[in-house]
Amino acid sequence: MTVAVNSVPAPSAGRRPVQWNTPLTYALALAVAAVSIAPVVYVVIGGFRTTPQIVDDPAGLPDPWVWENYYRVLTQSGFWRQAFNSAVVALGTTLGVVVLGMAAAFVLARYTFRGREALYTFFTLGLLFPAGAAILPLYLLLRDLNLINSYYAVILPQVAFSLPLTIVILRPFLSAIPRELEDAAAIDGAGRLGFLWRIVLPLSRPAVVTVGILAFVASWNAFLLPLLVLGDVNLHTLPLGVQNFSSQYTTDTAGVLAFTSLAMLPALLFFTLAEKQIVGGLQGAVKG
Amino acid sequence: MTSASQTRMPAGGVTAPPAGLRPGARAASRRAETRRKWYEIIGLTTPAVLIYVLFVLVPMGFAFYYSLFRWRGVGPPTEYVGFRNYALAFQDPIFLDALRNNAIIVFGSLLIQGPVALGIALLLNRRFRGRSAFRLLVFVPYVLAEVTVGIMWKLILTDGGTLDALLRSVGLGGFVQAWLADLDVVIWTLLFVLTWKYVGFAIILLLAGLSNVPPELNEAAEIDGASWWQIQRHVTLPLLGPTIRIWMFLSMIGSLQVFDMVWVTSVPAVRSLGASATMATYMVDNGFFARLWGYGNAVAVILFVISFVAALLFQRFLLRRDIEGAITRKVK
Repeated sequence: MTVAVNSVPAPSAGRRPVQWNTPLTYALALAVAAVSIAPVVYVVIGGFRTTPQIVDDPAGLPDPWVWENYYRVLTQSGFWRQAFNSAVVALGTTLGVVVLGMAAAFVLARYTFRGREALYTFFTLGLLFPAGAAILPLYLLLRDLNLINSYYAVILPQVAFSLPLTIVILRPFLSAIPRELEDAAAIDGAGRLGFLWRIVLPLSRPAVVTVGILAFVASWNAFLLPLLVLGDVNLHTLPLGVQNFSSQYTTDTAGVLAFTSLAMLPALLFFTLAEKQIVGGLQGAVKG
Repeated sequence: MTSASQTRMPAGGVTAPPAGLRPGARAASRRAETRRKWYEIIGLTTPAVLIYVLFVLVPMGFAFYYSLFRWRGVGPPTEYVGFRNYALAFQDPIFLDALRNNAIIVFGSLLIQGPVALGIALLLNRRFRGRSAFRLLVFVPYVLAEVTVGIMWKLILTDGGTLDALLRSVGLGGFVQAWLADLDVVIWTLLFVLTWKYVGFAIILLLAGLSNVPPELNEAAEIDGASWWQIQRHVTLPLLGPTIRIWMFLSMIGSLQVFDMVWVTSVPAVRSLGASATMATYMVDNGFFARLWGYGNAVAVILFVISFVAALLFQRFLLRRDIEGAITRKVK
């Protein structure tokens, strides 16, 4: 790596080097970014072509650009219904995780009682229970509970499997709230529950947003559990919809491209809006 | 508010009792307080504990029970066969193929993603204009659903598709393969696609680790005349140890469970021949779709035990290394 040797910055007093061999850095960064998004761009642009165009020249640009595929997917497929189902399931999961996780983490962080550490260990054990391995018995359990083909069949297990990580993230955060605040709340006549509601909840908004977003994204992208428990087409979520559309209309390549890019859109939008929380949340989970 | 709450002490506190109360009243209020505390503890934790036990712990117990039967999933299981389902699994060459494929994905992911992600993370940790935009782009594959990514790559890699056309147009037509249908190629194609999708996750974690490295250390090394590469190798990398180990752990667990990507990209026939099957797809194919519920649950238990043991071993290793003070001691 002889190029890099030139990059040794001259030690300058007080000021850290900001722009070492910028051209090389930019070239590499551009290459990395291109590899990351080229396939995505290809799919989005491919949606503007017609299937004959694609068959003719698989790697070409739209000529002419057609909106027809996107229009067709948005008006004639189950896209909107599936997006709605995904939203219901993801919001339900997020709400459940936040409420149950917050309540349990609050007790584990702010109460002193015998068995507290045992209870915490009990929850953290769940980090070692992979959801993928449990999918068959989970299906049987949901069938016995008569929950197959309902939103609950996805929401409840997703909440359960998200709880361990949620509690692991929330607990240290809640522990760090100064005792003085709790004492002050007590003096003002608030019980511990009042303290939770009026002080802890507002203070822990960043942490709650983090666990909420992590749960939301995981739920939004989930495939295996919905595949098994949502047989009813009307309940299908977007990942199921993408998979079905692509296997039903194998000859309609342009349509599949359009559907796939539309399915990516909410995730991309969401990520652009909440990038700090998503990335920060993942990073925080690791640091904790 | 009851009177107990008026004289309540801060939770768990050992502050002096309020003056002016007779000893008997004090004891009574403390008892009421203790009872109240336990009500709150139980009330707040019970929902989480219940749902966690019911949907996380109970199913694995049932999986083991069902795995001891030959059972088509209708009515209660009656045909007890002991551990025969486990023996059958380990005699099935397709399952052994699935095990091998999981091993390829576990080790391939670690060996490829690790160095690649480290390189990119070091690059994106440099300070330059537009850095955050580049970071955003690099994370995109990780945020997309595995299914969507799978379909996307399937469209690109299909026979006579975009990749083949691109290769031919630059004179590399000789490299064209049946990327997703060739029995010897498909697992490597999957490994590539998984790498493309998950390298961003490793980068996210490593950037967090890098942001924890105190800049003073790099500056001190610079003053001592160390080159950029020397600094990365001898200062930054050792400090990243804990982050790298945590990423390895998460990557390993994820690779053992991989399902979505394989399911949507691979041709069922190719999967059923074992060329692209993983433990999870094998389990769902046999248990859910072929309705061999007893057998499928045996595979579930095997998958669970492998993941659990791997996780425990790794945690011990990880824990031991990190307690030794990978961060604090080496810095001196």
